[in-house]
Amino acid sequence: MIVTRGLTKRYGAVLAVDDVDLDVRTGDIYGFLGANGSGKTTTVRMLLGLVLATTGKIELFGQAMPHAARSVLPQVGSLVEGPAAYGHLSGRANLSLFDAMGTGGPRRTRRARIDEVLAQVGLTDVGRRAVNAYSLGMRQRLGLAAALLRAPRLLVLDEPTNGLDPQGIREIRELLLQLHAGGTTIFLSSHLLAEVEQMCTRVGVLDRGRLVLQEKLSVLQAPTGRTVVRTPDANRAQALLDGRLERRDGSRLLVRGADAAEVNALLVGGGVRVDELGAERRSLEQVVLAATEGAVPGSVTP
Amino acid sequence: MIGVELVKMLRRPRTWVTIGLLNGLPTLVAILLALTDLGPRPGTGPAFLSAVLSDGTLFPLAALAIVLPFFLPIAVAVVAGDSVAGEAQAGTLRYVLTRPVGRTHLLFAKLVSVIAFVLLAVLVVAATGYVVGTLLLGDQPLASSVSGTSLTPAQVTGRTVLSILYVVLSMLGVAAIALFLSTTTDSALGAALGALAVLVASSVLFTLDAAAALQPYLPTRYWLAFVDLFRDPILWRDVLRGVLLQIIYVAVFLGASWANFTTKDITS
Repeated sequence: MIVTRGLTKRYGAVLAVDDVDLDVRTGDIYGFLGANGSGKTTTVRMLLGLVLATTGKIELFGQAMPHAARSVLPQVGSLVEGPAAYGHLSGRANLSLFDAMGTGGPRRTRRARIDEVLAQVGLTDVGRRAVNAYSLGMRQRLGLAAALLRAPRLLVLDEPTNGLDPQGIREIRELLLQLHAGGTTIFLSSHLLAEVEQMCTRVGVLDRGRLVLQEKLSVLQAPTGRTVVRTPDANRAQALLDGRLERRDGSRLLVRGADAAEVNALLVGGGVRVDELGAERRSLEQVVLAATEGAVPGSVTP
Repeated sequence: MIGVELVKMLRRPRTWVTIGLLNGLPTLVAILLALTDLGPRPGTGPAFLSAVLSDGTLFPLAALAIVLPFFLPIAVAVVAGDSVAGEAQAGTLRYVLTRPVGRTHLLFAKLVSVIAFVLLAVLVVAATGYVVGTLLLGDQPLASSVSGTSLTPAQVTGRTVLSILYVVLSMLGVAAIALFLSTTTDSALGAALGALAVLVASSVLFTLDAAAALQPYLPTRYWLAFVDLFRDPILWRDVLRGVLLQIIYVAVFLGASWANFTTKDITS
């Protein structure tokens, strides 16, 4: 759905995006992670044809961007670096203008489309109020509504839950999951690991302009082949597991061997009391930190 | 997209406030003239103002001559300077372009919207001038040319239309400069002030004898040449030079706007 090859953007002496090969597949919820200033937004802008790449190729739906923008972009809904609207007009009037722009949706069904997206983002009640009177969260929802006009096949969202309260974040997350279930591919750029961990199926990590990791979330979080044991009898367990212990932090032991049941039987058989025991999984945070520190976690990317 | 831009312009409170303010000064002048009956002596003061005391139908032209040196260019520079930079500043530009609206197409729609604003502003000023002039000032059909001979009402109407077109073209020169600056910055204010700076510089050089060599190329040089349309016979020389000069300014700056905007990274 989104494929880039050697995508590079240079601003003078600064290399903002360096040789990025993105691969977003149909049906993904792709989490695009990176610290502030890592080049996420520049990459998103290049995908949408706002910023022109220095070198490299971009394809959306198999068509070259920005050359095919006229046929590609009507199928893409986007939210880039916060929402924006004409403040003196109402939310409805804004959506009506955006809907009429470019190739434009049919005028006859415009009202129905606007009603639908306002309902989707939960703004039905305030659609007639001037945007100047909107809160940050309401503006965010309006931006999302504009992105949803014309039912896009691909949503490119940059920090979509920015400025929302926890309730709002959950509503938006549910809306996105619902859209995804309906067949929409979602490219979600974020610095919120928790958000990505909860929603995404694939993850790409950008660090200082380079894509240092791109993998399925389920692979990244697959068992590492080690078992974590928490026990009050740590010393005894250590003696029993002789040689298989990788690390010990107080009562927490890290044991080589993916078979938790076997480790458990061994410990219990030796009279060690066990509080907690399970296969080790890395959190997304650990994966990202490991990747951005330059140590590509070979043990978790088969 | 042209329709969208026109709706945006017409639904913007600023458009109407600006046009309202544009009418304020000529109306004030008409009231003062009507109350005091003290017109400037022929040949002094803003063009036509000496004649309007007896013939209020000339007041639309006097009104245009009053707003042309300052008010109208300021209004045009603000609107044209805002056209692209204002959207960049508000962040809407990235959403407009990803709808998608082609960059050339957007620039063209912006230009049409600015032209519509100029036409609207000039026509409203002329219409208000006509109403105020005939109500407050004399309305004897004594229409006379600046040269002193008398003109028929048909001649006055025809020449008034020509003057309005000439003023619109002069303002398009301003609009083109402001539009170009508008594509170079994300600050609407900066673009408008930049265009005004050009006009102020042009006006200053116009009064300076040492700048005589530059004067035929100054954008403001022939602005008031529409007065020559009311000479008998019409003095075409400055009017035609003014038209040619404005066409060159419009072409050069629109070309520059296009070249800049279609190859620019939108980082706003």
